[in-house]
Amino acid sequence: MKIFLSMYERIREKLNILADAAKYDVSCASSGSSRKNDNKGIGNSSNGICHSYTEDGRCVSLLKILLTNHCIFDCAFCVSRKSNDVKRAAFTVDEVVELTMSFYRRNYIEGLFLSSGIFKNADYTMERLLKVAKKLRLEERFNGYIHLKTIPGASQELLTEAGLYADRMSINLEMPTEAGLKLLAPDKSHEEVKRPLGLIQNTIKQFSDEKKTGLIKHVPKFVPAGQSTQMVIGATPESDMEIMYSADQYYKSFGLKRVYYSGYIPISHDTRMPVIGTQPPLLRENRLYQTDWLMRFYGFGVQELLNPKNPHLDTDIDPKLSWALRNLDQFPVDINTADYRMILRVPGIGVRSAQKIVQARRFGKLRSDQLQKIGIAYSRAKHFIRCADSPYIMNEPQAPHLKNLILADSSSKYLKVPQNQLSLF
Amino acid sequence: MTIYIFDGSFEGLLTSIFEFYDQKPGRIQLVAKQYYVPGMMHETLEVLTDTAKAKRVWAGLEKKLSPEWQKKFYWAYLSEDPKTFRELFDLACYIFSSTQGAYNNFGNPHVIAVTKIERSVSRERHRMKAFIRFQKTADGIYYCPVEPDFNVLPLIAKFFKDRYADQKWIIYDIKRKYGLYYDLHTVEEITYEFVANIDTCKVQLPAEFTDEKEALASILWKDYFNSTNIPARKNMKLHIQHVPKRYWKYLNEKEGKN
Repeated sequence: MKIFLSMYERIREKLNILADAAKYDVSCASSGSSRKNDNKGIGNSSNGICHSYTEDGRCVSLLKILLTNHCIFDCAFCVSRKSNDVKRAAFTVDEVVELTMSFYRRNYIEGLFLSSGIFKNADYTMERLLKVAKKLRLEERFNGYIHLKTIPGASQELLTEAGLYADRMSINLEMPTEAGLKLLAPDKSHEEVKRPLGLIQNTIKQFSDEKKTGLIKHVPKFVPAGQSTQMVIGATPESDMEIMYSADQYYKSFGLKRVYYSGYIPISHDTRMPVIGTQPPLLRENRLYQTDWLMRFYGFGVQELLNPKNPHLDTDIDPKLSWALRNLDQFPVDINTADYRMILRVPGIGVRSAQKIVQARRFGKLRSDQLQKIGIAYSRAKHFIRCADSPYIMNEPQAPHLKNLILADSSSKYLKVPQNQLSLF
Repeated sequence: MTIYIFDGSFEGLLTSIFEFYDQKPGRIQLVAKQYYVPGMMHETLEVLTDTAKAKRVWAGLEKKLSPEWQKKFYWAYLSEDPKTFRELFDLACYIFSSTQGAYNNFGNPHVIAVTKIERSVSRERHRMKAFIRFQKTADGIYYCPVEPDFNVLPLIAKFFKDRYADQKWIIYDIKRKYGLYYDLHTVEEITYEFVANIDTCKVQLPAEFTDEKEALASILWKDYFNSTNIPARKNMKLHIQHVPKRYWKYLNEKEGKN
């Protein structure tokens, strides 16, 4: 009985150490792939399913672990840095495969997210990650989601082989600018991030082109869910403008699916960064995500939202409303005649509602009661639109007055994010 | 006004629409038998479900509804909500009396109402895919009891069959007293007799019923759930928004928490 228990304890300890160390990589996506179970195996991956949520509201869809938290590097912002006095552990390849299959069969997870500290060297580490992915795909016939981290410095051969088994691959910028990164991790650079992003992106395009020609019957999948990256917010003094300009560059240059903005969680007493006890910048993180969404789904260019005149996002209002108040000459928008593009820019109207409006208005001019039923945030949007039954307005509203009006109305509703102290950078 | 009472089935709903167009009774109100409370004021008609009549109505709807909307119509029905039955009836009449594509008229209250309820059903289906946690029994069958707000079992059968193609599984709806059983070939409907030896009201199976590795898998999952949490970001309001408390009893990682 004692031996049995001690076997339990070992795997439990490993899992606690290596899941705890992996949680700072916030990528949670499990969608974007189209892997089917057509080999009498198990699993598939297409939609993202959040099987659970942590007490901080983040989605849990994958088994997110490090293969090992041993690392030869000493990046100041990382809890697994060489000089940090933490318990170290390492999974065997079989242990990771068994854990993944055990959880997957019980529908606890959509798949595996596997990262690692750098053990020995980049290639040795990457090879171990590749072993796990191969074993899952080829021996277990696992068709669920696999997210593999790209180890900076790993060889082209290893990376292109990994892409045949992974759904997503990612590599983190960590600090939004090169200068920021050099301050805290002199061994690292953005160059060694750009290189593999470029290589994998070119290979993705290559496979996709081959498929389009139709000449080859079975073009294998290569990183079907694309690539992503992560920036840590608030460890270094970049402005919101610098952060989003950097994100915009990476989206454009590498065709990334996602950029994640992870509010820095203090893990040391190193005074070059916020120390343990400082509140993580959750509100700022939320505003950055809202900006990211506006760029990707609402047709905004990054310079419209952030520029030298406005290098910081407002904390008290969201970036969409902020833009509208700075551009009141573009309003009111007549929802019965305006372009879809412009309807999308109305505060309080989301993508789904905008699409419904454009479809519905073909059947007749829409009134305010119909708009409310469609589901727009009418109390906010009404300041920016005209519909069939809008009253005639005598004066043009002034931005500060309008902002106060909207804020006064919102304070009675629940605030989605707790008002955390904004970092003083 | 006449009250049409139907048996609560999808074919019954479609038959009621047929009868309405056939008999032209003027204003009617549609009520499913399980919700009907007899009153004295109105004339009633018990609609006898007729497959041929139902087929004709559905064929007519197929001509005017996009495939996406045909699906929405059925999914909305699975809500088993009395108000929704009426909205579906009114929607069908609206669609029949309008030009092609009228389902895009989000200015129409019935289009909106059915869209809303379909979204709720869709959300509940998505939640089942997320919150179902199988337990491996000693017989090697993966078992899970559920209590969905709407009758979504028909909507998740294919998903679980495709994904878990190489393992036997059972998903049992406690509220509606029926379930799905996959035997490695097909998914069939089962009744409560199939799971008669299990106390389906208790979510966690007793240890003697489960596979020897089940306890370890469950503990490891709970460990993982706790390790992946970041206390500095605690936000229970957001957490509960995503995982409403009524689902907690089905999630082994929430055991012992309130």
